[in-house]
Amino acid sequence: MKGSVIKYDKDDIDTDVILPGPYLKIHDYGELAKHAMEGLDKDFHKRVKPGDFIVAGRNFGCGSSREHAPIALSYSGIKAVLALSFARIFYRNAVDGAFLLPIEIEENAYKDISDSDFLEIDISKNEIKNLTKNKTYKMKPFPELVGKIISAGGLFNYKP
Amino acid sequence: MLNITEKILARASGKPKVSPGDVIFVNVDKVMVHDVSGPGVIAVFEKLKKGGMKIDRLWDPDKVWVAEDHFVPAADKISAQNIVLLTNFTKQFGIKKHFKYGMGQYGICHTLSHEEAMVSPGEVYVGGDSHTNTTGALGAFAAGLGHTDVAYVMLNGKIWFKVPETLYFKLNGKLPDYVMAKDFILKIIGDIGTDGAAYKTMQFGGTGISEMSVEERLTLTNMTTEAGAKNGIIEPDQQIRDYLAARGASKYNEVHGDADARYEKVYEYEASELEPIVAKPFSPENIVVARELSSTELDKAYIGSCTGAKLEDLRAVAKILKGRTVKIRTEVLPAAMSIFRKAMDEGLLKIFMDAGVVVGPPTCGACCGAHMGVLAKDEVCISTTNRNFPGRMGHVESKTYLASPLVTAASAVTGKITDPRDLK
Repeated sequence: MKGSVIKYDKDDIDTDVILPGPYLKIHDYGELAKHAMEGLDKDFHKRVKPGDFIVAGRNFGCGSSREHAPIALSYSGIKAVLALSFARIFYRNAVDGAFLLPIEIEENAYKDISDSDFLEIDISKNEIKNLTKNKTYKMKPFPELVGKIISAGGLFNYKP
Repeated sequence: MLNITEKILARASGKPKVSPGDVIFVNVDKVMVHDVSGPGVIAVFEKLKKGGMKIDRLWDPDKVWVAEDHFVPAADKISAQNIVLLTNFTKQFGIKKHFKYGMGQYGICHTLSHEEAMVSPGEVYVGGDSHTNTTGALGAFAAGLGHTDVAYVMLNGKIWFKVPETLYFKLNGKLPDYVMAKDFILKIIGDIGTDGAAYKTMQFGGTGISEMSVEERLTLTNMTTEAGAKNGIIEPDQQIRDYLAARGASKYNEVHGDADARYEKVYEYEASELEPIVAKPFSPENIVVARELSSTELDKAYIGSCTGAKLEDLRAVAKILKGRTVKIRTEVLPAAMSIFRKAMDEGLLKIFMDAGVVVGPPTCGACCGAHMGVLAKDEVCISTTNRNFPGRMGHVESKTYLASPLVTAASAVTGKITDPRDLK
């Protein structure tokens, strides 16, 4: 999985900015994508390309349980969010709905990765290669069940 | 040596014991959706059907209940259509408990969960809303989930959880006059941060909790979500039994933690040391004592939401507003029709209207910045709600201060942030 980085040097990026409240009534996934990150970055919609990654700080996706948040990012083209940590509902929505990969990274990777860097992520090796900077970082391995749900392609495809 | 959360999860997963970190599938007792998560679940069902899955029945329609709260009264054509979608859904699958706007009792889902005794002690309750944690004050395991997970529960009656570590918050002594549960939970969030309880349980206990009313306890568990918690919980006691009995529920299997229950960490607070607290924009952890903000000018005061418009919240507001008038735009939206009616019977509505306040129907509308009175650019609001992220209550450059009903009402009277103890 390869893509370029949209970086937000910020903790607590909450679901109210990822997909603002007035759009909660929308359930057309393509329509939701048009409003992704609108509360934080008005230009996100113009900038994002299929396959991109978001890199952010602690507690990404905190706040409401709205699945609209990972849906809007996923349908914008985001394949993974790399963050220091995730809020629990965003994390499980991303995994169980198979919308994107929530990847926990360490402080050194967070500091090192710059906006527009080109990364290659290999989840089988728990490894992130920064092809722009020619560096490699470790990602935190997925917990066992989460890894199985991801491999199955979401909770409904997973057979316990 | 299991605490109440571990015991409920052990029972619901058919295991003699569970430990923090275990990943388990648990059987669910009740599941709730509202007019945002319901259409979200319907969209998941549609996607599954397109993929070839046959969906003609739910796991148990009697364990599913539905609320209309976020976009009622219908804000526009899409939200009106969502209510139609939800109504067709409950009809199609034979869901009997659907609280409809304009048809007797309805209100914010979390408020209905306790007002209507939809959930009992010892149960596993999940809902398509992050503040599902609220209901844990009844002694249940209550946690919020997204649409895919709720859809999974509706079809399979179970869902996976990682057994959480538990943080125990002990309150010694009764809260002083003019200090409310809201002040206590804001203080806690300020101390541990918005991810201070991420993936964990926040349990409350101690003499201060025993003496605290059920509605005030619900304010504590409601805002465990703002510290990132998986669930908030309080051991059920006689007050809970009486509260539920008054609402027609008396048959349930209470669960209690063992005497030697294990907690990851215990935090102790002396009630006598607590003061009215305000969380400044743009985070519930951004707290200061209310008196430090006495020069902050306001445009609006909002008394509403699952956390700040229960009957006792309205009584607290009325205590301040009685014989006074508001200096800024002020709205009171009771959290459910049953509370609206009691407020009317007790004469609270007259006090609000005499003070110049608008009294409106139960809705989540303005709390989540969706409709029914959102904020303009640069407007400043004091609110009894639970979140103040950028844009939460309207324009992304509006500002929301979170406070107790007493602080919010006192501030409505002066037009500036006001500690109710300083009100003349």
